Amino acid sequence: MVAALTRLFGVHNHALAEDVVQDAFVRALEVWKFRGVPENPSAWLMATAKNRALDVLRRERTARTFAPELGKLLESEWTLATVVADSFTPHAIQDDQLRMMFSCCHPRLPEAAQVALMLNLLCGFSVGEVAGAFLSSEAATEKRISRGKKVLAGSNKLFELSGEDEFETRLAGVQRALYLLFNEGYHGASPHSAVRVELCEEAMRLTALLRAHRPAATPTTNALAALMCFHAARLPARLDEAGNLNSLIDQDRSLWDPRLAAEGRRLLDISASGTELTEYHVEAGIASLHADASGVETTRWDAIVSLYDTLLEMRPSPVVALSRAIAVAQAEGPERGLEEIAAITDTARLAAYPFYFAALGELELRSGRNSIALEHFRKAFGVARNAAERNFLEDRAQACKGSPELKEAPAH
Amino acid sequence: MSEFLYLYRGSEPAGSPEEMQQHMQKWITWITELGEKGHLKAPGHPLERTGKVVSGKQKAVTDGPFAEKDLVGGYSIVEATDINQAVELAGGCPIFEITGGSVEVRPIMQM
Repeated sequence: MVAALTRLFGVHNHALAEDVVQDAFVRALEVWKFRGVPENPSAWLMATAKNRALDVLRRERTARTFAPELGKLLESEWTLATVVADSFTPHAIQDDQLRMMFSCCHPRLPEAAQVALMLNLLCGFSVGEVAGAFLSSEAATEKRISRGKKVLAGSNKLFELSGEDEFETRLAGVQRALYLLFNEGYHGASPHSAVRVELCEEAMRLTALLRAHRPAATPTTNALAALMCFHAARLPARLDEAGNLNSLIDQDRSLWDPRLAAEGRRLLDISASGTELTEYHVEAGIASLHADASGVETTRWDAIVSLYDTLLEMRPSPVVALSRAIAVAQAEGPERGLEEIAAITDTARLAAYPFYFAALGELELRSGRNSIALEHFRKAFGVARNAAERNFLEDRAQACKGSPELKEAPAH
Repeated sequence: MSEFLYLYRGSEPAGSPEEMQQHMQKWITWITELGEKGHLKAPGHPLERTGKVVSGKQKAVTDGPFAEKDLVGGYSIVEATDINQAVELAGGCPIFEITGGSVEVRPIMQM
């Protein structure tokens, strides 16, 4: 609703659009107190907001503070009503959300601010909720969002999707922001929960919106959507009933959602139609190999290692190198995995990453060096970010202590 | 049975959207219950917070907004055996959760 109104009033009047929506909501509640909630409350809210928008536009018509692009259309009362009505058709609203999404990814805004703006303007997250999503203080988030809105207000209208030159660079920004949003939900560093499904859902909803707009439905967008589907398919198994994390190795694969995995495969197939290979393609490829395997033993770890090699060439990162080392350990044994981890030079960023120490601990444990493993798990515990991570690590530490003779005995 | 007019007065709704929604839900519950017990003649309506007053021989017109404490936010018509019962019924109104919220109970004159 805010997006539709922002188009009517102009981006620089975004606050006005928010006020109209707030006002519609308050009015609705007042009337419903007496008359009960109607069958379709959202349609009712929409109609109320539409009428309020008409009121505001009538009042402001002489002042011409609304979007200049609509100025001409609003000459007579007759066109005014039509333009407002058109802005509220489902199709126009979808279009506006898309334009708002591109507007949020303004090149002058840092990536974190772009994602924060999207959550606030497109997903209806309050400042407090956005702060919660990014582990930053409410004051800092407020500042980030209001600075972002100021940048938006600097342009007179929402991003024009048909403008050809800037479209592609903006699209890359939008894809990146959606990727970050999904990841924040999937392996975010929240102190409260290890997985925040609502962030993943919003990322998937906005990606679907992007795919629905033909010029934006590029092979890269499809690869990104495929990646999200594969990961979302594993969400039900990622946490157990007590909210504890399960590593990929230990997950009950019967809980994986087969429909999402199938959708991921379909999207990955159509994403291969272009000539470009992006990191989303490679990550989706890795996720698809996991989805294809019935268990750890039947996973094609060698293929996964070579995809990680490709990914490292595109995006050198110690976290990716760590994932690659874990895949090497699965393919060639824990000692080889430890060698690969030792070969990672840029470990500064990993020092605060609990899964770095957890991986070391796991591989040492599998090599039978329980006391060294225990030390690593303790270090991991020290930098864990939420209760789920701490419980997971506690469990692994217990495994190090539990009857070492048994652990060290040969498997057959 | 006699008829009574409830005049609701109180400050503007405030709070988070969730709180406002909960408050609305309480109103709906209360009004529905009045109806089920056969006390509700008409649920009435909320009133806009602005308006005009025509007064005096000159029929001078003044604009609202009006002083918050005098502002009637809405009305309903209920049926009760007497004023005591009407007052008792009004006691269940969620408006008292809002500071300054009140219900004026006025018997409707009948021939």
